[in-house]
Amino acid sequence: MQVSYYPGCMLKTNAKNFETSALAVLDRLGVTARELEDWYCCGVCFSQASDNLMQQIAPIRTLVKTKESGNPQLLALCTMCYNTLKRSIEFIKADKDKLETIQEFMDREATRFYGDEVDVIDILSLIKQIGLDKLKEAIVKKVEDLKIASYYGCMLLRPKEIAIDSPDDPNIMEEIITASGCENVYFPFRTECCGSYQIVNEPDIVTDRAKKIVDSAVKNGADLMVMLCPLCYYNLDEVQTEIQKEDNTFQTIPVLYITQLLALLMGLDLDIHDFSLHSVDPRPVLKMKGLL
Amino acid sequence: MKRIGVFVCHCGINIAETVDIEAVVKDLKDYPGVAYVQDYKYMCSDPGQNMIKEKIKSEKLDGIVIAACSPTLHENTFRMTVKTVDMNPYNCEIANIREQCSWVHKDKNEATPKAKLIIKSVVEKALLDEELEPVKVPVVRKALVLGGGIAGIQAALSIANSGHEVILVERQSSIGGRMAQLSETFPTLDCSQCILTPKMVDVAQHEKIRLMTYSELEDISGFVGNFKVRIRQKTKYIDWDKCTGCGLCIEKCPKKVPSEFDQELGKRKAVYTPFPQAVPNKPVIDHENCTYFKTGKCKLCKMVCPFDAVDFDETDKFVEEEVGAIVVATGYDVYPVLNMDEYGSGKLPDVIDGLTFERILSSSGPTGGEVRRPSDGKVPKEIVFIKCVGSRDPENHFPYCSKICCMYTTKHAMLYKHRVHDGQPYIFYMDVRAGGKGYEEFYQRAQEEDNVIFLRGKVSKVYQDDDKVVVCGIDTLSGSNIEIRADMVVLAMAIRPSKGVEELAQLLKTAIDQNGFLTEAHPKLRPVESLSAGIYLAGCAQAPKDIPDTVAQASAAASMVSNLFAQEYLLHEPIITGVDEDLCSGCGLCITVCPYDARTLNREKSIVDVNEILCEACGACAAACPSGAAQQRNFTDKQLSNMIKAILI
Amino acid sequence: MTNNRAISSRKIESEALKQLEDISGVNVYACYQCGNCSSACPAVEFMDIPPHQVIRKVQLGFIDELIESETPWICAACITCTVKCPRGVDIAKVMEGLRQIVLRRDFEHINIREIDKKLREKLPQIALIGNFRKTIL
Repeated sequence: MQVSYYPGCMLKTNAKNFETSALAVLDRLGVTARELEDWYCCGVCFSQASDNLMQQIAPIRTLVKTKESGNPQLLALCTMCYNTLKRSIEFIKADKDKLETIQEFMDREATRFYGDEVDVIDILSLIKQIGLDKLKEAIVKKVEDLKIASYYGCMLLRPKEIAIDSPDDPNIMEEIITASGCENVYFPFRTECCGSYQIVNEPDIVTDRAKKIVDSAVKNGADLMVMLCPLCYYNLDEVQTEIQKEDNTFQTIPVLYITQLLALLMGLDLDIHDFSLHSVDPRPVLKMKGLL
Repeated sequence: MKRIGVFVCHCGINIAETVDIEAVVKDLKDYPGVAYVQDYKYMCSDPGQNMIKEKIKSEKLDGIVIAACSPTLHENTFRMTVKTVDMNPYNCEIANIREQCSWVHKDKNEATPKAKLIIKSVVEKALLDEELEPVKVPVVRKALVLGGGIAGIQAALSIANSGHEVILVERQSSIGGRMAQLSETFPTLDCSQCILTPKMVDVAQHEKIRLMTYSELEDISGFVGNFKVRIRQKTKYIDWDKCTGCGLCIEKCPKKVPSEFDQELGKRKAVYTPFPQAVPNKPVIDHENCTYFKTGKCKLCKMVCPFDAVDFDETDKFVEEEVGAIVVATGYDVYPVLNMDEYGSGKLPDVIDGLTFERILSSSGPTGGEVRRPSDGKVPKEIVFIKCVGSRDPENHFPYCSKICCMYTTKHAMLYKHRVHDGQPYIFYMDVRAGGKGYEEFYQRAQEEDNVIFLRGKVSKVYQDDDKVVVCGIDTLSGSNIEIRADMVVLAMAIRPSKGVEELAQLLKTAIDQNGFLTEAHPKLRPVESLSAGIYLAGCAQAPKDIPDTVAQASAAASMVSNLFAQEYLLHEPIITGVDEDLCSGCGLCITVCPYDARTLNREKSIVDVNEILCEACGACAAACPSGAAQQRNFTDKQLSNMIKAILI
Repeated sequence: MTNNRAISSRKIESEALKQLEDISGVNVYACYQCGNCSSACPAVEFMDIPPHQVIRKVQLGFIDELIESETPWICAACITCTVKCPRGVDIAKVMEGLRQIVLRRDFEHINIREIDKKLREKLPQIALIGNFRKTIL
């Protein structure tokens, strides 16, 4: 099985360990993710202004490249990319006039794009599509009593048109965790926003959110938190260390990309992880649970 | 040629403002066949009708066209008017120049010529109208009531008390319905079962009522006054003729399962009556859970029964009956909590729906009326009630208001406070709709005397934290987000039409609305009639409503049935599609398209026969007939083509 | 001093309101003030006007107050409010509309040069780009 792959900015820089682990896991599951030859910045935040078509151009160019690649299923690992690309499709499908305007603007491009020809997929849905049984077969390390808090964040669940599962009570990450032999911790803040880009000029919001989310996961007995969004990852990993500097009673929890956990359970090459990228060191917990 | 009179109504300014009446009158005067034209301010008024009568006589008119509002409103009025001066009512036609002209246009210059054409077209129809006489149909004076809740009970008793026979069919083994599950009723707080059970007994003892519980309507044919119904009596595995209701079998049965009546908080046996005051108070065996049916062993009930009433070989029975009218009173279900992802998807044991809380409050319920929460039996000291859960939410659930929740939630908070004096009830609400007799006063009492704290806003999230249920909401009046660490949460879930109503509506050939409730014939003026003649509606099957409204509607439905039964025979519209025997080749095309089974093949004559009573004049056969033998009376091909010509040429 | 509390048909049909409707494409009159948006908003504690009141003020034409408000700049576009709305009001789009009205007038809400250099180097690109997309035209 082959899919197109859109890395976006993060997967080549801060979130390298997400890319390496995800591609390795997919490879083990028999999926080749072929990176698009040409791709453009997705724009990070989908423009919600209905009169701003310029911001749709970049994601649509990427989708055009996907159509040209011959592999119409486009994997976006970063959830912000997933959200922006997927919403661009929904945007032009819902409004024919806007589609026409965009097409006119892009009339020099060789390929016309209508919205239906390409589908954007996230890695959770892709793993489910491959099959949880296949995932189970690929797991070689049996762990006992490893409690995982799956954190969804916003971009896979909202708005409803692009949600991969119920925005209020999703289960897809937990299904994958169960199939991988770990235990789930359903903590009540697993779908709540981490504060997102407000880390830049309203960092107090992120600190407040991170504290609530981490406290809730820890209180419910989680050993590790897994997620997919590189921005959530930064806000919840990096900020924990800062909170602890201020408040030494604060209990931290290591944060991993879900694909890192799967790679460890599949016994894949440890070099793909680069644990130096983590602010809260996951190695002690991983050692204790026999994964390192 | 016939002499047609045209009477143009101004309808105050409703028509006159957009249609130049004078110009219409002037134009129509010269139209072929029109002998007389007159306008008037309100044609439907007494003076208007009198004028029509006088002119029919003085102008020697053979037919008239009233250019006015929609025929659904006054066609009958005017037909009755002309009848008094010996004109055949079917020679009176309505040209709708209000709903189809003046109301939908603004420009007088466009509306006026359109009004002229509409009237001319109807004049063409009137010129070829025949005199028709209604078809007479006999009436079977026996009613079928579907559903044995308070609506069905009230309707059955009321019809039976008028001296007519009633068959009351109930799906469960006992009548009583939802009302039997309730604790105390607003706004008077009288015990629900105490006021209901006497009526249940009345039903059982009434000589005119045949009670068929554990039964369902299987099939129906026929029409108003003459329905044929087939009722399935589900297998009870207990011969109720032999059973005395001694209860020995229930006592000895070893298998316990969650009780549906107690909203699964309590247990019942595999052989059971749903509740102690059941009517009939005789048990049934639940095939799915019975140890004998599962393992082939047990039969304890059979062994202990002193009357040899247990019969494991029993099968479904079918009863066929003829009835003249049907009351549908199939009630409601509660929208399941598992649909509410933000409130724990039904996975939190102490987050329950309002009906379950009724069982907790009920003195005959699983806790004997003590307020204890399901998870650990503790008495909740902080309790949160949330209204409009699934209701008034067009985006995710249902757009309508479930109507009863405002009052029962207020009642819940009040009854809770009466039982747990040191407890604190909170109600999250968006609006309080207390529009009923004594309802507003009841609401005020809850605020003033029982210290219920009303918080205006929705709850966005409910989650478990240790042994508490955390409720995250808002009070929009203060603008503050609210968090309550509660012991228990009660959700006022939306009311849904009971399961199977869609199939039932199909069976009865009547309509349901976009929310699944049965549609009434007119939202204001015919609130208890369905869209099918002879089928009436009562209770929550039609729309959410409380007990007083349900009883009122059930009484009204019964009264409609009595009206029907008071008639010697029914008159059926004579506008039906007949068969021109000379033209009919007996091809049978019309038989296949007829939705009412009104047409059959007469093999002897090789033509099609029509049952005039079954024909509803939909016209499908007339459209299908290749030879023109099927002609709808007063809507013949000739008439229709003349009408079209009048408009196009 | 003009009376800020006065409402009138003129105020309700103001230019600013029309602009907001054009940018957001949202009909705010579906809102029945249940407050679910504010109840669910993860950043409401940092806002001077909670989201449900933002919508109410739009309904009444108090746009000027909203243009001065910090609320649209606290909003992180997590879309929780929109998902929670029982009436299908896209509150997140209204927030975007308010930001855009300001940005189309002032071009920027934050000054990039004022962001601490160390922080700027440390923050991931998506944080910076995401932020600039919302605060700079």
